[in-house]
Amino acid sequence: MARIDLRDIAHSYDPEAADPVYALEKCQLSWRDGGRYAVLGPSGCGKTTMLNIMSGIVTPSEGRITFDDEDVTETKTAQRNIAQVFQFPVIYNTMTVGQNLGFPLVCRETPKDAIAKKVNEVAETLGLETLLDRRAKSLTADQKQLISLGRGLVRDDVAAILMDEPLTVIDPDLKFRLRRKLKEINEFYQSTLIYVTHDQNEAMTFAEDIVVMDQGRVVQIGSPKDLFERPRTTFVGYFIGAPAMNMFEARVTGKNVVAVGDTEFATETDLSNASTGNIKLGIRSEFIELAARKTKNAIQADIQRVDDFGNFQLVSAHTGQNAIKVKVKREVAVPGDKAWLKFPEDRCCVYADEELV
Amino acid sequence: MDLIAKGLTYKPDDEFHLNDVSFGMQKGELYTILGRTLSGKTTLLKTIAGLVTPESGRIIFDDKDLAKVPVWERNIAMVYQQFINYPHLTVFDNVAFPLRQRKLDDQVVNERVTDSLSSVGLTGFEERKIQALSGGQQQRVALARSLAKQAGILLLDEPLVNLDYKLREQLREEFRNLFSSQVSADSILIYSSTDPLEAMQLGGEIIVLDEGRVLQQGPAHEIFENPANTRVAEISNDPAMNLLPGVIEDGKIVINADIKLPLPAHFKSLKAGAYTFGIRASDVSLADKGLTFQVELAEISGSETFLHVQSGAHTIVGLLDMVRNFDSGEVVNLKLDGAKLYAFGQDGALVSSPFRGGV
Repeated sequence: MARIDLRDIAHSYDPEAADPVYALEKCQLSWRDGGRYAVLGPSGCGKTTMLNIMSGIVTPSEGRITFDDEDVTETKTAQRNIAQVFQFPVIYNTMTVGQNLGFPLVCRETPKDAIAKKVNEVAETLGLETLLDRRAKSLTADQKQLISLGRGLVRDDVAAILMDEPLTVIDPDLKFRLRRKLKEINEFYQSTLIYVTHDQNEAMTFAEDIVVMDQGRVVQIGSPKDLFERPRTTFVGYFIGAPAMNMFEARVTGKNVVAVGDTEFATETDLSNASTGNIKLGIRSEFIELAARKTKNAIQADIQRVDDFGNFQLVSAHTGQNAIKVKVKREVAVPGDKAWLKFPEDRCCVYADEELV
Repeated sequence: MDLIAKGLTYKPDDEFHLNDVSFGMQKGELYTILGRTLSGKTTLLKTIAGLVTPESGRIIFDDKDLAKVPVWERNIAMVYQQFINYPHLTVFDNVAFPLRQRKLDDQVVNERVTDSLSSVGLTGFEERKIQALSGGQQQRVALARSLAKQAGILLLDEPLVNLDYKLREQLREEFRNLFSSQVSADSILIYSSTDPLEAMQLGGEIIVLDEGRVLQQGPAHEIFENPANTRVAEISNDPAMNLLPGVIEDGKIVINADIKLPLPAHFKSLKAGAYTFGIRASDVSLADKGLTFQVELAEISGSETFLHVQSGAHTIVGLLDMVRNFDSGEVVNLKLDGAKLYAFGQDGALVSSPFRGGV
């Protein structure tokens, strides 16, 4: 196990070009030993490039990568002590479950009894102990994926386990079980787990810290709560949460006040240094309150439709130019045509040039 | 009813893919076939399209037995999970293809292609090659092609399942708006999904399919409020409804011997005896005192926390609003809202729901 640092790492697949395009823009990142991380972003955001740099499949065109301060930038994948789990299980179908789990140790010429001991221990943690003598071929997709993971766990020298969309082939009701297993493993073995996905639900429910990426840039690193409540850019506000964060064109009209059209909203943000330019007000659908009559920090909106999702209702409204979505409990009676929408001060996020003020 | 299925059965191997499936559908309506993977959804859509021939049963559309109508004359369009397009053709030619096959007039072809590309938001993409499009755009092309056919039955087999999470969310909303404007009085739209939230969002009617059988058919809110049995309660909720075996005795509910709850008003007419009690994750809440449980795991999803707790041999999942942190093994007090309880009989059938008193 080791702390992994990306030091001024950047990568272009064509660094000699006059104006190189960066798949990964310069970043500084430190992955704590034993941490549980997700790397989250849409297709093409650079998350796989980042993963490949850590595993050694890609050598970064700029910067250094260290494992516990040892420079491994030029070290090949095989020498790097990284375990990987891919979208689809990679296992040896002709071997038994036990042989599959022990294979990385056989390759490292570990003594037989040490292999048996380790394989038994890992199989027990993963709940595969009764399947050790079964041919791997006959297993279900989630069991096979556990074996891929187990091969990373049998080695004591693994710096981190990197997983690229590992639950893609798993049935929805089994995903939860596997996620729980991953967390138990993280706690028991104190192994660093790095989980790459485009699915915010998977990232939020799995990770302690999430690295959000967009267009080659790391845009925010934070806990699920941070990302939800204080998205650092308008992109994070859009990408995290369903529906996306409501965003309004706004202008600064006071030290803590912004105006959307003619309506002023007090916020808890000091806006002294962000008085002009591209200003936006962001608020989560979950935090907007419905009010029957005019009240402070509220805007009047026309209700367009109300969708019954069972556990909650999603209200679609608009105020002139702006569409607004409000999530309310099923029991809440939503007015038919017009309503006042209150934005609590402490829930208002103000963005200048798409960055949180 | 304009589309009637009667006793469709298809058993190509040891297992039923369709087992005595019957339903009725009306033109101008949207139907969602909701079921887990391998429940028979795709087989059912293929059977309607004529790509699967059932061993028994009939499908009647517009008073005609579809078995007597060849596939190419069925006037049915289908969109698949995979984005199926003609890779060598432009966007325009992809959408025009089935219309030209039918030797429609050039002007009609032009109008229909232009209209349907506009309704899926692809105006301006007419001359692009398919490979130059993203997954979401490719699926829009497939949808435009099916719309342009102006078919009597439009089948959509989990059309969003292979797309990115965020794109799925966006297209789902567009689809819903598109369907409410496009589903003309003359056509039936059938959509298949594993996702209860998606089925609720699309509105319309839901047909719950499981192991090749129709378990329930009804308006979306009716399925949510009054699931016909325990299996429907699981399939139509995410997370699945918590189901706990217990008894009613001495005017109380007793679950796992240690959970005792007063009998809610809507259970008053139920006889003493064994039941399976159901409660949605969102109707489980934290309490200062009350039932104690041990935390197995807390999962945070941004605005909400899924709390998994142990109760005897069962795990109860609670959906708590806001982000809360719990340690595994921690002891918590929870309230199961009695007014929101469901009771199912020993055969699994619904006997009382918060929306419908006991029978």
